[in-house]
Amino acid sequence: MLKSKTFLKKTRAGGVMKIVREHYLRDDIGCGATGCAACGRAHEGPALELQPQDPASSLCPRPHYLLPDTNVLLHQIDVLEDPAIRNVIVLQTVLQEVRNRSAPVYKRIRDVTNNHEKHFYTFTNEHHRETYVEQEQGENANDRNDRAIRVAAKWYNEHLKKMSAENQLEVIFITNDRKNKEKAIEEGIPAFTCEEYIKSLTANPELIDRLACLSEEGNEIESGKVIFSEHLPLSKLQQGIKSGTYLQGTFRASRENYLEATVWVHGDAEENKEIILQGLKNLNRAIHEDIVAVELFPKSQWVAPSSVVLHDEGQDEDDVEKEEERETILKTAVNEKMLKPTGRVVGIIKRNWRPYCGMLSKSDIKESRRHLFTPADKRIPRIRIETRQASALEGRRIIVAIDGWPRNSRYPNGHFVKNLGDAGDKETETEVLLLEHDVPHQPFSQAVLSFLPKMPWSITEKDMKYREDLRHLCVCSVDPPGCTDIDDALHCRELENGNLEVGVHIADVSHFIRPGNALDQESARRGTTVYLCEKRIDMVPELLSSNLCSLRCNVDRLAFSCIWEMSHNAEILKTRFTKSVINSKASLTYAEAQMRIDSATINDDTTTSLRGLNKLAKILKKQRIEKGALTLSSPEVRFHMDSETHDPIDLQTKELRETNSMVEEFMLLANISVAKKIHEEFSEHALLRKHPAPPPSNYEILVKAAKSKNLEIRTDTAKSLADSLDQAESPTFPYLNTLLRILATRCMMQAVYFCSGMDNDFHHYGLASPIYTHFTSPIRRYADVIVHRLLAVAIGADSTYPELTDKHKLADLCKNLNFRHKMAQYAQRASVAFHTQLFFKSKGIVSEEGYILFVRKNAIVVLIPKYGLEGTVFFEEKDKPKPWLVYDDEIPSLKIEDTVFHIFDKVKVRIMLDSSNLQHQKIRMSLVEPQIPGISTDISNMDINEPERKKKKLQK
Amino acid sequence: MAGLDLLSDQGYRVDGRRAGELRKIQARMGVFAQADGSAYIEQGNTKALAVVYGPHEIRGSRARALPDRALVNCQYSSATFSTGERKRRPHGDRKSCEMGLQLRQTFEAAILTQLHPRSQIDIYVQVLQADGGTYAACVNAATLAVLDAGIPMRDFVCACSAGFVDGTALADLSHVEEAAGGPQLALALLPASGQIALLEMDARLHEDHLERVLEAAARAARDVHTLLDHVVRQHVCEASLLLGD
Ligand SMILES: [Zn+2]
Repeated sequence: MLKSKTFLKKTRAGGVMKIVREHYLRDDIGCGATGCAACGRAHEGPALELQPQDPASSLCPRPHYLLPDTNVLLHQIDVLEDPAIRNVIVLQTVLQEVRNRSAPVYKRIRDVTNNHEKHFYTFTNEHHRETYVEQEQGENANDRNDRAIRVAAKWYNEHLKKMSAENQLEVIFITNDRKNKEKAIEEGIPAFTCEEYIKSLTANPELIDRLACLSEEGNEIESGKVIFSEHLPLSKLQQGIKSGTYLQGTFRASRENYLEATVWVHGDAEENKEIILQGLKNLNRAIHEDIVAVELFPKSQWVAPSSVVLHDEGQDEDDVEKEEERETILKTAVNEKMLKPTGRVVGIIKRNWRPYCGMLSKSDIKESRRHLFTPADKRIPRIRIETRQASALEGRRIIVAIDGWPRNSRYPNGHFVKNLGDAGDKETETEVLLLEHDVPHQPFSQAVLSFLPKMPWSITEKDMKYREDLRHLCVCSVDPPGCTDIDDALHCRELENGNLEVGVHIADVSHFIRPGNALDQESARRGTTVYLCEKRIDMVPELLSSNLCSLRCNVDRLAFSCIWEMSHNAEILKTRFTKSVINSKASLTYAEAQMRIDSATINDDTTTSLRGLNKLAKILKKQRIEKGALTLSSPEVRFHMDSETHDPIDLQTKELRETNSMVEEFMLLANISVAKKIHEEFSEHALLRKHPAPPPSNYEILVKAAKSKNLEIRTDTAKSLADSLDQAESPTFPYLNTLLRILATRCMMQAVYFCSGMDNDFHHYGLASPIYTHFTSPIRRYADVIVHRLLAVAIGADSTYPELTDKHKLADLCKNLNFRHKMAQYAQRASVAFHTQLFFKSKGIVSEEGYILFVRKNAIVVLIPKYGLEGTVFFEEKDKPKPWLVYDDEIPSLKIEDTVFHIFDKVKVRIMLDSSNLQHQKIRMSLVEPQIPGISTDISNMDINEPERKKKKLQK
Repeated sequence: MAGLDLLSDQGYRVDGRRAGELRKIQARMGVFAQADGSAYIEQGNTKALAVVYGPHEIRGSRARALPDRALVNCQYSSATFSTGERKRRPHGDRKSCEMGLQLRQTFEAAILTQLHPRSQIDIYVQVLQADGGTYAACVNAATLAVLDAGIPMRDFVCACSAGFVDGTALADLSHVEEAAGGPQLALALLPASGQIALLEMDARLHEDHLERVLEAAARAARDVHTLLDHVVRQHVCEASLLLGD
C-alpha cells in the first residue's frame, strides 16, 4: 500500500522553536475534471464538468474552468456565489489563506463547494508532486503562495491538453493583482481580472453590480483630494499599543450623531475606559464594531459628548468644508466636568464589516451610476455604490457590502449584493430584521441536509442498543395550539409500592445530530430557533424539528427520559436518566389538558396521568416559591392574523392556565436534575445556565416607584422580593401588582450559559436554584443538544468527542449561544414592533388608556395593557415652543406646566403610525389626558385617518 | 474554527497522507557492533534506537532470577533534543518508567522467555526525535534489535498508533495530530496470529468506535510488519554476503 505511491519528503523549518513537519507529496491527486483519462479514477464529491456550460464570455470563447486567487475569493464571493458562475477550481493554497483570513467567507466557500450544481473542485495542490513549490530564499510567504497558485494554473492548462481533441479546455486564472496577472501572462497562463471576466459575460450584465469595487492602493492618491490621514500599519499599531501610545478598543458609532463615536477600550484599565471621537477626520473611516487603535488628545482638546442630533443628509460628496462647519456646532461651551477623554483613530486593527440592509438614495444627476446607499442601521455611514439599475432599486430594501474606504473619499465604497423587495412589504421587512439582527436564516445547505436521516425512517435494532422501550407508558404532550416542534412529553403512574413514577421525555435530538458534521455546525451556529410573529426560523431542518424529533402522538419516537420516583408529597426518592423509545398517546393543547383535568366524566389513563402531574406540580411550585423563586410578568402579545391577507387584525395578551405551569414545573425539575448530574460527572466542562443576582442599585427605581404608592418592596434577598411583591396589592388599583412585576423584570440581569470550569458562581437567582441548565428543548436550543450529549456520556449511552470535554471550546460556544439568544430576542421584539405598526396602520389613529412605566427628563414611557404596547410620549418637539419641565429624580416625577406625572399614573394617549421616514416607521404616542393646554392633543380632530380602514373593508 | 483541519474535506491529513497511510519508515539493523543486537528506525520524523544485551546472567541481586524463564528488562529514555522544546528529563522520570514497563510487557509476550530460564535480557531504547507515535517506534526498533540479537521470538511485534477524527480512524498519528487532543490508541500486534501484545488508550472513546480504530491500528501494524520483514530479509542477505566472502 505504501510502496505503490511515490512519496517525497520536505520539511519546513522556522521560528525560534524549531518546528519540523513532514509534508508528503503524492501522485494520486486527481485534477477533478470528469472523464480525465490521465487521472483515471472517479472523483469523490463534486467534480468539474467535462463540457462546462459556462455563460458566454467574449474574452474566452472556448470552454474553460476558472481558477481564482485568494483575494478574488475573499472579496468577490458575492459574484462567485451566483448560479451563473460554475466550474471553479479552488486551490488548497487559496482555501487555507481564506480560512486564516475570514471564517465567514471560508464557510461560504465550503457551502458552495458542497453544492453539486456549482461544480467547484478543491485541488489539493500543496500535496501534489508537480504543483508543490518551496519557499525560495528572500521570498515572503505571500509571494510564495502567489507563485504556487500560478504553478498550479500552469499545471492545469498543460494537464488538460491531454484530454481528447473535442474536449479541449482552458483554465483561466482570475486575479486582481496587476503584477501577479502580468507574471501569469508571461508564463503563458490565460489571466484576467475579476472585473474583466465578469464584464465579458455579455449574457449576465446583472453580475457587474455585484462586483466589489476595489481601488488599488496606488491610484488613490492621484485622484481627488485626500480627506483622511493614513491608517498606520498593523505592526506600528501593535508597537504603539504595547508602549501605551495608542489604545485598542471597539468603535461604536452614535445612532444620533454621525459625527460622533465612542471607543470602548479593551482591558481592565479604570481610566480612559471610554473615549470620545468627534468629527469625520478623527473618526478616520472607522465603522461601527471595528476594532481600532486610538490616540488620546491632550486634556486641553477634550470635549463633552454633544446632545445634538445630526443625521447625514448631504448629497454632495465633495463638500468637505461644509462638514467642517457642522463639526463646529458640536463644540458647544460646556462645564469642565463634562469633558471626557477624546482622541482620534490612527489605524484599524480588525474590520468587522457585514452586509448591510438599507435603501438607495438615488443620485440627482441623471444617468449617474454612482449612488449613495443609506443603511437601516443609523450607526453605519452611507455607502457609495455603482449600479445601472438605480431606478429599479428605488423604494426597495437592498443589501450592500462595503469594499473599502479610500483616503480621498467622503464615503466608503461598496457594491450591491441583493434586492430584498419593496420597503414596507411584510416579507421584505422580515428579511431585513433577520439580517439586521444577524439571525442565520438561509435555507439549509446541501451539505447540512446530507446529514439528515434517509426517509422512510424507522427505528432499527442498532438504535435500540442503549435504549429502554417505554412505548407501553401512557405518555402525552401538552403545548400551545399549533405547535409542531414538540420537545417534551410527560407521564405519571402509580407504582406497586404506592409511590409515583414521573417521567419527562425529551426529543432525542442528539441522536440525529452527530458531533462535528455540517448539520451540527450549522445548528451550533444558529444556536436557537427564532420565533417571529408569523414565521419560525428553525435551528434544525424541518424534517427533524417537525417530524422525526417532534414527539407527536401515536408514532414511535426516540427520547431522552428523566424518570423520578416520587412520594405523593412530591419528594424525589430516586432519579434516573435513560435513552428511550416512547409512543405518545395524545398531543394536547394547554386548554385541552385543562379541560380533561377539570372534567369529572373523563377518567382514561391519559387524564389520570395528567391529574397526577398537576397535583405534584402544584406542590413543586409551592416549594419553589417558598425558596424564593420569582414569578415575574411581562406583557406577552399575540397577533391574530387575517387568514387571507396575513395582516394582524387583533392583539391578545397570552392567557396562562394551570396546565402551563404544570408543564413548566416539570421542565424546571428535569433541568435541575440534569444540571446536577452533568456537573457531578463533568465538574470542569458542564454547560450550565446561571442568572446572577442584580446589583442593589438596579432595584432603586422599583423601590421608589412602590414607595410613591405607599408600598414597600424589599430587595435584600430573592425571597423577600418575591414576598413583598406578593403583598403589594392595592384594592383600588388591581393592575398595580402586574405593573410592579413588569418593573421588577426590568431590574433583572440576563441569564447566561457558561461552562462550569470557567466560573464559580452557578446560582440561578430567578428560579432560586443553586444549579440549573437547559435540557428540555433540544429541537429549538443548541445548549440543550450539548447537555444531552454530556448526559448521554455520563450514563454511558453515547460516545464523547474532544470538543465536548474542552472547556475553552465550550466557553466559546456559550459566548455564541448567549449572543444568538440575545439577538433572537431583539429580532422577536422587532417583529412584534413591525406587526404592531401594521396593526395601527390599518386601524388608524386610536386613543387608549395606559400607565406610566418610567418618567424621563423630557418624556414619559407609557404601557398600554390592551396592546402590550410600550411607547414614549415626548414633551419637546421640533418647531414647537418648549414647555416648562421640572424633573425630580428622587420621587421620580416630571412636572409639565402645572401637571405632575408619577410612575404608575393612569394616562390616555393617542397612538398613530408615523411613516414620514419610510425606512424608520414608528409608533408615535401623544398625550390626550390629562389635558395640558398646548401639549396634549385635542381629540375632536382625531378621526381624520379613520376612513382608510373602512376603505380596506370595502375592497374585500 | 481556529487551528488546523486534521482531515480536509478532500480526505487529506495535515501532512498529505490519507487516513490509513503510514509515514515513511526507514530502518537499519546491527548499528552497534558492541551490543548483542541493535537497530535504528525512523517513522516519519520520529527516530528511535534500540540496543539488546543477552540473554546473560542476572545482574545484581540473584533473587530476581526467575526459575522458569528469562527476565526481560526494558529501559526507555529520550534525548533532551528529541522534542521541539528542549527539556532536561531526569533519568527514570515517571513517563520513562511507564514506557519501560509497557515495553517490558510487550516483549515478555513476544520473546520465548522459557528457553532461557534464570537469565536476563536487556532492551534499551532511546528516542532521538519525537514526532508522535514514540511507543510504536520504540517497539518496532526493539523488535528489530531483538531479532538482530538472535533471541527467539514467537513472531515480530509490530506496533502502530491510531486516532479518531470526524468519524474517521487515522493511522500512525504525527505529533500535530496527537496534540489536537483526540482519543488515541497504541497497539502492539503479533501479526501472524493476530494476537495483541499490548493495547493502550488514553482519552475516552466510545466502544462503538473502538472497533474501527482498532481495525485501523491493526491494519497499519500489518503494514509495518511487511516493511520490517523486508528490512530483516535485506539485513540477512547483506550478512550472508559478508559471511560468504
Ligand atoms: Zn486529470
